[in-house]
Amino acid sequence: MNRLRLLFLTPAGIVLGALFLAPLAIMLAYSFLTRGAYGGVTADFSFENYQRVLDPLYAVILLRTFVMAATATLGCLVLGFPLALFISQSGARKNLYLQLVILPFWTSFLVRTYAWMFLLRDTGLVNSALLAAGLIHAPLPLLYNDGAVFLGLVYGYLPFVVLPLYATLERLDKSLLEAAADLGARPWITTTRIVLPLCAPGFRAGALLVFIPCLGAYLTPDLLGGSKTVLVGNVIQNQFTTARDWPFGSAVSLLLMAIVMVLLMLLIRRGGEKLI
Amino acid sequence: MKRGLALYAVAAYAFLHVPLLVLAVFSFNSSRFTVWEGWSLEWYRAALHDGQLGEAAWNSILIAVASTLVSTIVGTLCAYGLWKRDSKWLSGSLYLSLVTPEIVMGISLLVFFQWMFRFLHVQLGMHTVILAHVAFSLSYVVIVVMARLRTFDASLEEAAMDLGATEWQAFRRVTLPVLAPGIAAAALLAFTTSFDDYVITSLVAGVDSETLPMVVYAMARRGANPVLNSISTLIVAALGALILFSERLRES
Repeated sequence: MNRLRLLFLTPAGIVLGALFLAPLAIMLAYSFLTRGAYGGVTADFSFENYQRVLDPLYAVILLRTFVMAATATLGCLVLGFPLALFISQSGARKNLYLQLVILPFWTSFLVRTYAWMFLLRDTGLVNSALLAAGLIHAPLPLLYNDGAVFLGLVYGYLPFVVLPLYATLERLDKSLLEAAADLGARPWITTTRIVLPLCAPGFRAGALLVFIPCLGAYLTPDLLGGSKTVLVGNVIQNQFTTARDWPFGSAVSLLLMAIVMVLLMLLIRRGGEKLI
Repeated sequence: MKRGLALYAVAAYAFLHVPLLVLAVFSFNSSRFTVWEGWSLEWYRAALHDGQLGEAAWNSILIAVASTLVSTIVGTLCAYGLWKRDSKWLSGSLYLSLVTPEIVMGISLLVFFQWMFRFLHVQLGMHTVILAHVAFSLSYVVIVVMARLRTFDASLEEAAMDLGATEWQAFRRVTLPVLAPGIAAAALLAFTTSFDDYVITSLVAGVDSETLPMVVYAMARRGANPVLNSISTLIVAALGALILFSERLRES
């Protein structure tokens, strides 16, 4: 058996080793080097790049990214729980309703982000409609700000909380709810005092599942955020294009990876369903 | 409370679906501005006659087909091997690749390819995009095939081997046919994620390998353009159909 199993795992090992781990290892090496005169790297070992991340300029961006990811996560949890509750109480239509949540997630993240540009920009649908209705006289600045990024993130990652919350709700011991009803609890009380606390594992998994991609979000702040809504993802991209500081960009990337890894371990240990 | 919840659900589903629906409706608008003037297929005609768009779409399809083929085969074998006995290293790397921010994965691949090119004299192009797509779609394939394997009864394989089949024969003739719908679902998922990717693709693409998402991104950046609405609608319709099909296969 062992030889056959080795044969089965080797191709994946090669792909992951060559196209995922090796690139990260090279970045790790670069993060300790110094930027060259024309954008390359020179082989001077230093910790300077990691010290620079703590520079107020970048610390603020890091903090802003955390705040944005946390607010978007909170938004998803608040909006997602009632939706998961609704689906879990829908009897025969459960699957259909669940599919309606998942489907948009898989159909082109890029187009879905563009759809918000179409709605929110100065000449977009919302402003055009408000202008035509005479409610405003100049377009409202709806796009290119923190609010638009928040909206884009919540819209993009809402399915990530609905799925684990729905799974926890499905596993809930229904006799507890009946007991509460028998003892005279109203549906609202049962939901807030019994269902909600029992959903803690779903909330934990959902929160991590949204928080992780929001931390590394790039496309959403890039398209919906203004020049002021720079998140860590945009800083990384900028270091490799305009700023041409590969060592520093590598250091920021690895810092982000370290944070993501810690969160991933939390997710695997507490809550998340086993996928692989 | 039940009524309130249903009312809320309507609003939530509107939030999830109205943006794309509105975009689809306005792709048939005869005006080039966001004011409704009447139905027209003008922007679809413009999209279909655009040579650059056609070429980008063709590139996207080629890349998606090639990367799907590789990641489906490699991922299926990997899922089966891990199902037999877990390997902490491999499953750990797969999990990590799943949560690695796209921008980090794209940049690290770019740095890696640039570094490799010092030794091999090749350039960024279709091949680097295909390799990158294999890297990020592998974990999706493993997850979907693994989900199927979890419902598979291992004793069937043992029975086959008790009856004289070799391990390979048991895999090939007993397990693989049962897994087929799951593998097909995984392939469709890999195809859609590849076809849709912008962030990683744009970083490792060369001059000859512009993909559809890259054109969409550039158009979105440039400002309002009704042709983009029609392309977007076509992309969503095509990918939506593939995903629905994939979900059907997964449940079968």
